[in-house]
Amino acid sequence: MAFISSGYNPDKPMENRITDIGPQKYDKFYPPVIAKNKGKWLYHEIIKPGVLVHVAESGDECYTVRVGGARLMTVTHIREICEIADKHCDGHLRFTTRNNIEFMVDSKDKVEPLIQDLESRKFEGGSYKFPVGGTGAGVTNIIHTQGWIHCHTPATDASGPVKATMDVLFDDFKDHRLPAQLRVSLACCLNMCGAVHCSDIAILGYHRKPPLLDHEYLDKMCEIPLAIAACPTAAIKPAKVKFGEAELKSVAVNNDRCMFCGNCYTMCPSMPLADQEGDGIVIMVGGKVSNRISTPKFSKVVVAFIPNEPPRWESTTACIKKIVEAYSAGANKYERVGDWAERIGWERFFDKTELEFTHHLIDDFRDPAYYTWRQSTQFKF
Amino acid sequence: MAKHATPLLDQLESGPWPSFVSDLKQEAASRAKNEKNVEFQVPQDCVEDLLGVLELSYKHGVTHWKHGGIVGVFGYGGGVIGRYCDQPETFPGVAHFHTMRINQPGAKYYTTEFLKKLCDLWEFRGSGVTNMHGSTGDIIFIGTSTPQLEEIFYELTHNFNQDLGGSGSNLRTPSDCIGSSRCEYSCYDTQAICYALTQEYQDELHRPAFPYKFKFKFDGCPNCCVASIARADISFVGTWKDDIKIDQEAVAGYVGGEFAPNGGAHSGRDWGKFDIDKEVCDLCPTKCMKYEGGKLLINNKECTRCMHCINVMPRALHIGDDRGCSMLVGAKAPILDGAQMGSLLVPFIKVEEPYDEIKEVIEAIWDWWMEEGKNRERLGELIKRQGFQKLLEMTNIKPVPQHVQEPRHNPYIFWKEDEVGGWDRDINEFREKHQR
Repeated sequence: MAFISSGYNPDKPMENRITDIGPQKYDKFYPPVIAKNKGKWLYHEIIKPGVLVHVAESGDECYTVRVGGARLMTVTHIREICEIADKHCDGHLRFTTRNNIEFMVDSKDKVEPLIQDLESRKFEGGSYKFPVGGTGAGVTNIIHTQGWIHCHTPATDASGPVKATMDVLFDDFKDHRLPAQLRVSLACCLNMCGAVHCSDIAILGYHRKPPLLDHEYLDKMCEIPLAIAACPTAAIKPAKVKFGEAELKSVAVNNDRCMFCGNCYTMCPSMPLADQEGDGIVIMVGGKVSNRISTPKFSKVVVAFIPNEPPRWESTTACIKKIVEAYSAGANKYERVGDWAERIGWERFFDKTELEFTHHLIDDFRDPAYYTWRQSTQFKF
Repeated sequence: MAKHATPLLDQLESGPWPSFVSDLKQEAASRAKNEKNVEFQVPQDCVEDLLGVLELSYKHGVTHWKHGGIVGVFGYGGGVIGRYCDQPETFPGVAHFHTMRINQPGAKYYTTEFLKKLCDLWEFRGSGVTNMHGSTGDIIFIGTSTPQLEEIFYELTHNFNQDLGGSGSNLRTPSDCIGSSRCEYSCYDTQAICYALTQEYQDELHRPAFPYKFKFKFDGCPNCCVASIARADISFVGTWKDDIKIDQEAVAGYVGGEFAPNGGAHSGRDWGKFDIDKEVCDLCPTKCMKYEGGKLLINNKECTRCMHCINVMPRALHIGDDRGCSMLVGAKAPILDGAQMGSLLVPFIKVEEPYDEIKEVIEAIWDWWMEEGKNRERLGELIKRQGFQKLLEMTNIKPVPQHVQEPRHNPYIFWKEDEVGGWDRDINEFREKHQR
């Protein structure tokens, strides 16, 4: 493995240096039918799950076949995507915000051969490489974060629970039977790189034990004032600790005040939180980002804790399936999960989903908490 | 024979959904075989070790990646995230396994030519493992060593005309929805402004000078497909001011069952015959529409542009022509002070090159936040701490009822001295009229 230079000269880093050029310009990558009709689209239709047609003023049509994908993908897989796009789509494709892949063709007769090609490809282990779906009143791909594959603060894995959940929800990825679209998201810790806090169903990794304190190294590894300032509940204070003969500068944590957010660990590597027994999953429901009918909503915590169960997270996926089925049976057409829960009342939501209501689900964090309690005699038995 | 046994991960190969484990295995096999004789610049078996360390996490129920580490490319403070394994002896191939964020093209359109070139580079100088894409929008290259960072950056800038994305306390890589490129709902060209502002603010993107991260996201309409309203410090949500355009013939087509409602989104269940009163007029949040005498009537003045009717009847109803966007500010995920949705700051603004009016708002916000924001305080938290009124003052925007859901619940108004004719009064003058 000999080192091969790109041309970069480490002794003269500024020589021939190019910086601040930004991304490639978007329109270089438009398929011709997109470039020609941009801004002049008349309407669209979902011909069947996973297949859209957009019709332009010019009469041109753009057929899109949407397929799911693990957002974690290798160059071997991407090259296969490219091979398909070369074969069917003149070398163009796009990805959606929710990690789906979209293959676009400019006439209807190209659609079926493309679908057949996509659906025929499977990994050696048996899973589909390119399942068609993810449109309309169904489940689309789960957006998610890194998890155990590459992150230092996760309280659960990301790719694994997502795979397990999508296996369970697969039929709804390929169907339009739900009352409205259902967005599932996963974030592997409270930092929420995946911003799951406005999803119909959110799978959130969560720590439950206060940080460990690596006193021997803490002052050497960390800026103590930054670690203290990082705590949203002021649970950390400076402390001197005996270590053998020496007295070391460190911190003390008021464990009762800790809400396990991991901010201290972000600032100070000598305060790790991760713990096999402590870490697990919180399920939140009823959020959305769309302004359609009702205004955007936050997701609400409906299950305070489910242990991590690698590799298939059975309790988590069973809980999600139960929520989806109750929603599917109870909601009106066009009603998102949160709209349904608000219409029938949250007390009824817990009946219908057979989820247990526990004290953990009553907000006790600062001002917004009060506005979530019931200031009314209107409630259901 | 795999380098590490992965009995737990192997269980994620079955089931219909694409298996990332199968994919990683095929990459590991491809590197082992190396049919193209690539002179790998990071360990050939790094994907084997990645599977191995992930298996160990499945066994232990916790991560095996260490905390951070400061690595990057010269002159930039973002775009690279240092990552080290905490079991380097067992998994030497991933002992140093840094992430690089590559600024994605608008709406994530690609040519295969460009993607294949990226694959070749990343196979040669990295692990060959990516995220397409990260949550913020970047292409994520997962896993390379420190000496490769400058090499990859050099190749990207010289041979790909392509820059890194953001990380750390800077402007994060802006992202956009598909916009008018393929969506009839889009009220402005999301790609054009996303690209223009990304280029305009390259310095803010690459050289962290902010109190914390800052995100722009561009949604073409109130359906908010990139979730800007939930996760961008400034969200640009397309909207319009004039009337929804109605094609009454197409309305009749929906009523008569000729067209499927919602573009066919509900085809998986028999919901009965389309009922325009029940499914459109009654669900309108402002009840500003009615269907009378075979015609759909909209009282546009009362419409709040929620998109429902347009979503249900895309052939019949179209967004108005006086288009622009609403700017909402301060959205963020829960850390530190709880989740915040974006709050409406600019109800309507035109989205036209060179975007000067929009830049004025952005820069006024940045001036305030950089002056007053505490370390790791998002814009939304500063707005909560100093007040929405302060935000209006700093951006020189006139208060309007659109800014609030409802007026305040308390009269604890912080009157300013100049609003009440001064605070200096003479106690002796007071006592002339009021005995002690």
